[in-house]
Amino acid sequence: MNSITSYARIKNNSVFVNGTLVFSADTNLNITEFLSEAYKKLSISYPKYHKMDTLCKLGFLCAEFAIQNTPFLEANNLDSIGIVLSNSSSSLQTDILHQNSISNKEAYFPSPAIFVYTLPNIIIGEIAIKHKITGENAFFVSEKFDSELITNYCEMLLQNNTTALVSGWVEINETNYDAFIFLTERKENINKNTIFKPLNKQIVTELYNT
Amino acid sequence: MVFASFNNIISSLGFSTLENYEAVNKSIVGVKKRILPFSKEEFCVSQIENDQIKSRFSELGDEQLYTKLEQLSILSINDVLQKSGIDPKDSRTLLIYSTTKGNIDLLETPQNNLIDTKRVNLWSFANTLQNYFNLSNTPVVVSNACISGILAIIIAKRYIEKGLYDNIIVCGGDILSEFTLSGFKSFNALSNEPSKPFDAKRTGINLGEAVSSILITNNSKLASVYNTQIISGYSANDANHISGPSRTGDGLYHCLKQLNISETDSIGFISAHGTATPFNDEMESIAFERANLSNVFVNSLKGYYGHTLGAAGVLETVLSLESLKNQRLIKSEGFEEIGVSGKISLIKEHQNNTFSSFIKTASGFGGCNAAALFKKL
Repeated sequence: MNSITSYARIKNNSVFVNGTLVFSADTNLNITEFLSEAYKKLSISYPKYHKMDTLCKLGFLCAEFAIQNTPFLEANNLDSIGIVLSNSSSSLQTDILHQNSISNKEAYFPSPAIFVYTLPNIIIGEIAIKHKITGENAFFVSEKFDSELITNYCEMLLQNNTTALVSGWVEINETNYDAFIFLTERKENINKNTIFKPLNKQIVTELYNT
Repeated sequence: MVFASFNNIISSLGFSTLENYEAVNKSIVGVKKRILPFSKEEFCVSQIENDQIKSRFSELGDEQLYTKLEQLSILSINDVLQKSGIDPKDSRTLLIYSTTKGNIDLLETPQNNLIDTKRVNLWSFANTLQNYFNLSNTPVVVSNACISGILAIIIAKRYIEKGLYDNIIVCGGDILSEFTLSGFKSFNALSNEPSKPFDAKRTGINLGEAVSSILITNNSKLASVYNTQIISGYSANDANHISGPSRTGDGLYHCLKQLNISETDSIGFISAHGTATPFNDEMESIAFERANLSNVFVNSLKGYYGHTLGAAGVLETVLSLESLKNQRLIKSEGFEEIGVSGKISLIKEHQNNTFSSFIKTASGFGGCNAAALFKKL
């Protein structure tokens, strides 16, 4: 059986882990300011974080909150852990930054440091690098969070060579942001007091909506 | 069983698979030096002629209502629907679209007001295709850098094996844009001459535009003349660097190892990613050697088409299927002298051969890699 063993949610300048509020900041902070505060809350030192674009920072932090304080990485072979993410706007906010850097022929400064982030799967790469996770990858784009798409694909992978997954939704658009990452493992809910939940569409929808 | 079947390629070398295969078989290179509308400098690219698109699309719809990529995608998917006879409205039929940048030109050029700029969103682009073909299922969009195309084919196989669909059309597409050209240029990754994958004198990538479609099906009656199964396919991450591959080819090796290649597979060739950047080709050669594939022929089709991004994995799979069907090995265009340290053997001339399978691989930004094994029954 496949169980969701941990999940994190970042929205409205708040971070929830397994449904519990672990951090919140003034709602007047913009996303950059908020993510900077949330990073401090994690108490990690990771210089690569500061080079990331905002979308990757959001996805990276959400994954950190979901993984921190769990035995997830120790309990699974790193080459059997997959990362499957999705969103609505792909990398559009960074695409616009790159477009702006080339729209004026008099001030034409395309930058590799920006261009590399004009692909949504770079979030997967950043999470993979941090934890040395080398299994399956996929990035899907759907209008809204599609629990059926994600759940179905997670199930397909878990029938194959994948034993655990980091999956979810990492979205930034011009007006809002929203991240939801959950960890799935091939585990039974042995201890009834754990927060483990079965992987299925209803549960994933429920966790996303809380 | 999952079959890779009816297909189409639209590129600078033609509007059908047959036109493309015949051009490549005559060693015609689609990559040329061109001055593009947005730049005074020359770029070496593979470009589809606009008047060709216009005359062909006029039979299918009003060009005012569709972007260039939408027109090309409609043409390509329509060709597969016609050839296979499958019903796009059937609830057991799905479209999976593979792209890196979709309608990215909606960010750069002023459009007519009949095209909503929200179609720069990949899901909205895919909805336009859904509406055109009256597809009953919302298309699945895969955007995973340069492995998108082959990954979309692997995903299609998994969907069919799970029993969710019977017929999946995988379409991959990307257009030439100032957006991608300026970005790759800023990386110093572009070659000013036709690219030379795996060659000692390779200097980088050519970009190209293309759309390619393929039917993935569980119906042996639709297997067509190819009669070819997708045996296995996997992706893996290097977990090393976001814009450079693992020096030791870890991710690609991990994919190849999982393919479970057997003695009886009689692999004719590996259709490699082969972008002609120094690091990519070197990495691939090391991964192939590590996977004990040094004695298997290798080609890269980037010498003909340049790097067609989200289309590449589909286009190169389709051309490889044609190669398998014709029992003909396609020369790795641009290759003269080995310029990688892993022991591999490139196909130097077109030649007939007897073989029953091939491997398609790809690698991309974000440390991603993918490989799949195709075998003729």
